[in-house]
Amino acid sequence: MKKIEAIIKPDKLDEVKDGLAHLGIKGMTVTEVKGFGRQRGHREVYRGAEYQVDFVPKVKIEVVVDSELVPQAIGLIQEKARTGQIGDGKIFVMSVETVVRIRTGEMGKGAI
Amino acid sequence: MNAGDTAFVLFSASLVMLMVPGLALFYGGMARNKNVLGTLMQSFIMLGIITVEWVLWGYTTAFGPDHAGIIGGLDWFGLKDIGMEPSAVYGPTIPHMAFMVFQCMFAVITPALITGAFAERMKFSAFMLFSILWATLVYNPLAHWVWGIGGWIGKMGALDFAGGTVVHISSGISALAAAIIVGKRRGYGSVPFIPHNLPMTVTGAGLLWFGWFGFNAGSALASNGLAANAFVVTHVASAMAALSWITIEWLHRGRPTTLGAASGAVAGLVAITPASGFVGPVAALIIGALVSVICYGGIMLKSKLGYDDSLDVFGVHGLGGTWGALATGLFASKLINPNGANGLFYGNPGQLWTQFLAVAVTWIFAFVMTSIILKVVDVIVGLRVTDEDEEGGLDISQHNETGYSF
Repeated sequence: MKKIEAIIKPDKLDEVKDGLAHLGIKGMTVTEVKGFGRQRGHREVYRGAEYQVDFVPKVKIEVVVDSELVPQAIGLIQEKARTGQIGDGKIFVMSVETVVRIRTGEMGKGAI
Repeated sequence: MNAGDTAFVLFSASLVMLMVPGLALFYGGMARNKNVLGTLMQSFIMLGIITVEWVLWGYTTAFGPDHAGIIGGLDWFGLKDIGMEPSAVYGPTIPHMAFMVFQCMFAVITPALITGAFAERMKFSAFMLFSILWATLVYNPLAHWVWGIGGWIGKMGALDFAGGTVVHISSGISALAAAIIVGKRRGYGSVPFIPHNLPMTVTGAGLLWFGWFGFNAGSALASNGLAANAFVVTHVASAMAALSWITIEWLHRGRPTTLGAASGAVAGLVAITPASGFVGPVAALIIGALVSVICYGGIMLKSKLGYDDSLDVFGVHGLGGTWGALATGLFASKLINPNGANGLFYGNPGQLWTQFLAVAVTWIFAFVMTSIILKVVDVIVGLRVTDEDEEGGLDISQHNETGYSF
C-alpha cells in the first residue's frame, strides 16, 4: 500500500478529485497549505508600504492506494493538475505500513 | 422646543454612536489576527468608560458654567439640572439632555481614535486608565475652549463646526505622542504586518461614513438648511477624497487598493468635519481632493521617520484634521452660515490666522498632556504588555479569548 501526497494549485483540486474518483479512488484528505518551490511569491501593498509575500497558497491531497494503482494515479494527477507554468506542484509517494478502518476494525488493503 | 430638531439630534446621536463599533471594525480588520479582539475591545469599551465619565464629570467640565475661559464647573455633576427643557445656549430648540447625549458620543469616539496608534501592544489596564485620564485632562478642557460658552478659543473666533480640532487634531497629535512613547511593535520594520481582515475594515469605513452624517449634520443642532449643507459637503468631501487617494496609489504603486479607498474616504470625512457648517460643495471637492495628498504624504513620511503609528491615526486624523481646520479659514463663507465667519477666499485673511492659532494650541496642548499622562500611567501600571504576551497576541493575553475558532 502506498500513500500519494500531491501538492497542487488550489483551483485544480476539483478536477483531480473527479479524476481520481474515476480510477476508483473515492477517499482522500485535503489540506490547505502554503509553500514555495521555484515559484516566487507576490507583492502586496498596504497604505503605500510594500510587502513581499514568499508563500503561495497550495492544496495538499493525501490518498492511500493499492500499490498497483500508483502509476495510474500519478499519471492522472499530473494530467489534471498541470498548467505548464512554474508552481504546478509535486507528487510524493511513500510506503504505508498499516491501514485500519476504525468503524469495523478491518485491516490491510480491504480497509483502504 | 422643536419636534423636528429634537428628533434629528437624537437620531444624529445614534449615528455617531454607531461610528464607535464602526471604528472598531475599521481598526480591527487592519490589525493582525491574534489582536483582533484586543483592538475591537478598545473601541467598543470606550462606550462604557467615557459614557460614565461624561455623565459624572465630563459634560459639566466641558460645557458647564465657565471658569476663566478654561474649564466648566462641576455644577452639572451627574447631570444635575440637565433635564428635558432646552438649554438657553446649547441647542435652544432641543431638550438639554439631547444635546448632552449627542456630545457624549463625540467624547466617546475621540479617545477611541487614539487606540490605533498603540494597537497590538498596550496593556488593557493601562489603556483604560489612559483613556479616562485623557478624557478628563485633554478632551474636556479642549471641548470647553472651543465649544463651551466662554471658552477662550471659541471667543477668539476660531471655527470648528463638528470637531476638527476637538476630535481629530487632538486625537491625531495625541496618537503621535503615544506612538513615540509606547514605542514600536516588536518586529516593526522587519516582519510584515499585514491587515488580517480588510472586508472588516471596509465595512467599518462604510459605517463611519454613514455615522458621520450624524456627526456633521447633527452639529447644526437643528433640522434645517445648515444641517442639509453639512450633510452634503460631508458626503462630497469623502467621495472626492476616496477617489483622490486611489488615484495617488495608482500612480505611485501601480494599483488602486480597497484599503486606500477606505482610508481616503475617512480622511475626507475628517477634513470636512470642522468646515461642514461653513463651506459649500465646491470647497468640499477641493478639501477632499487635497486631504488625500497630504495624508498619503504623511504616511510615506512615517516610514522615513520610523515611528510606529500603527493604524495611521496621526497620518489621517492629525494631518487631515489640521488641513480641514486651516481649509475652514480659507473657504468659510457667511453666505452659508451667517453665524460663522468669512475665510481668506471671501475677503477675510484674518480667519486663517485664527484657525492656525487654534490648531497650534491644540497640537501643543494635546502632545504635552498626552505625554505626561502616558508617563504617569507607565509608572502606575506599565504601558506595554510583556514581549511574550505581545508575541502570543492581545486576545489571549489580555482577554483570555480567541477571535476566530475555525
